Amino acid sequence: MSAHGHAHVDNAAISNRVKMLVARLERAALTSEAELDELIELFLRSARKENGYRAVARAWLDSGYKARLLADASAALAEIGIDLSHWSPVKLRVVENTEETHNIIVCTLCSCYPIALLGPSPKWYKSEAYRARVVRDPRSVLAEFGVTLPPERSIAVWDSTAEARYMVLPQRPPNTNDLEETALASLVTRDGLIGAALV
Amino acid sequence: MAFKIGERVRTRAQVADGHTRLPAYLQRRPGVVASLLGEFPFADKRASGLDAPKERLYTVRFAACEVWSGAPDGDTIAADLFEAYLEPAS
Repeated sequence: MSAHGHAHVDNAAISNRVKMLVARLERAALTSEAELDELIELFLRSARKENGYRAVARAWLDSGYKARLLADASAALAEIGIDLSHWSPVKLRVVENTEETHNIIVCTLCSCYPIALLGPSPKWYKSEAYRARVVRDPRSVLAEFGVTLPPERSIAVWDSTAEARYMVLPQRPPNTNDLEETALASLVTRDGLIGAALV
Repeated sequence: MAFKIGERVRTRAQVADGHTRLPAYLQRRPGVVASLLGEFPFADKRASGLDAPKERLYTVRFAACEVWSGAPDGDTIAADLFEAYLEPAS
């Protein structure tokens, strides 16, 4: 690894090392391709951004649920059938956008991301430009995403440096009082759950 | 040493050579303990293949203007930091 940490790691080299490691483990009969495929599929099958959309829609409709989601996200997600037990001990945390504060998430050290709630991360989330700039000047980064906040609104950046993964709970859009849960969920976007969009 | 929620702390410089979860831009900065996430194997030791005793992990919030000069008042940066990275604010 270079002195700059993870930033300049050669993906092809990493990929080769993983292949060699898997081959050794298979030769030693410690795992098999079938077993690995099954584990990866199990993980990815349940890791979908629709999980995050559902949780947000429920929180918009039910203030008690919202309070539980903010206090203990893993337990609140289990309530609506999103099982994150295979993620333990990583902690999921949900942070709420308000009139006072807009939240945005990043992992400056690598690319930690709440895959279980948002699915695989977008390429820009892993880019050095986003990771370096969003902690330094979040307003400019948000402007590039087309988000302009009122000047008095403060920004809270959450740098996922260790065992917690963050998701943003956006504000409910105006004029949505007559929408039920599925329709509300369809308004939510992946970028909104990162904090790079308002919803 | 355990820190209390709301306690003012200061981050240390890098604890040891090699892997750390204390980002360089948050070293030697004053912050406030916002929450205790639990106890987890200390990442800096685990990454070296050493026995990694569990350490308390806190969410620490920093005023952005204490991290970057000229950042707007009210903006904050939060990071999840192991106890070894922290010392009481003097």
